[in-house]
Amino acid sequence: MQTLTQQLANPTRFMDLSARVLPWVAGIAAALIVYGLYLSFFDSPADYQQGETVRIMYIHVPCAWLSMMVYGLIAVSSFGLLVFRHPLADVSAKAAAPIGAAFTFLALLTGSLWGKPMWGTYWVWDARLTSVLILFFLYLGLIALRAAFEDESAGAKLTAVLALVGVTILPIIKFSVNWWNTLHQPSTDFTATVDPSMRWPLLVMALGFTLLFFAMHLKAMRNEVLRRRVKAMRTQAVAGRDRLATQPAE
Amino acid sequence: MDLGPHAAFIWISYVAVAVVVAGLIGWLFLDGKKQTAALEALGKRGIRRRSSAGAE
Repeated sequence: MQTLTQQLANPTRFMDLSARVLPWVAGIAAALIVYGLYLSFFDSPADYQQGETVRIMYIHVPCAWLSMMVYGLIAVSSFGLLVFRHPLADVSAKAAAPIGAAFTFLALLTGSLWGKPMWGTYWVWDARLTSVLILFFLYLGLIALRAAFEDESAGAKLTAVLALVGVTILPIIKFSVNWWNTLHQPSTDFTATVDPSMRWPLLVMALGFTLLFFAMHLKAMRNEVLRRRVKAMRTQAVAGRDRLATQPAE
Repeated sequence: MDLGPHAAFIWISYVAVAVVVAGLIGWLFLDGKKQTAALEALGKRGIRRRSSAGAE
């Protein structure tokens, strides 16, 4: 009996399965985000301290959550490449990096736009903000390092090593608000510190954004599998041409 | 809908997220089309993947 990861080791099988799953994931994500937007703007109150700016939290928190979750996924994929040599592990890591970078950028931007009216400044060099900025640079580093190699296999392995080294940033981000005296508030306890009228839109948006990421990740993985097929076929065509050219004329 | 004195910060946040997410989705679709077109062009030149050629 094959496990799901073993079954998905075959790119052709992955392409078949993902083609069937992708529309559903994207559709549910879109529905959840539309519902979450309705709740965020029309069915949730202003906060007693933050006022209307609490509505920025409904997009900031999902982006911040994704910035860390996506890096975790890249680290697991990198482990899968280096240890198990899973054929799709590198495809997954490569596909996730630009999406993770985009959500990290959005977490920084929306946090900054919330910070100005609430803290009186767009940016402070506190532990949480700085560690998330480092995470954003790590994403850019992964993309740049991979792009710097002509040999895709060598680039993939070195990028995977960097991703695994960089994973240490995740606990630093998570616990930065406990370890250091930061302007950023402590981690949100969804069941205790958030009023149910705000918890529900936050959870719906977080789930919607998570599914949106998985839909985009599946699509990016499919694109990467196609790109590798194109590359392999071009190499095959060139090799065939070279073979013909070196054969003696009869 | 009155979003108070900080409405601009709220709107810019939502518009920025919408623009970046739409950009990502657009890029993914265009990239997918580009790869599919490249595969079809190779197929028209008679170049087949080794795995599919073996299956025939």
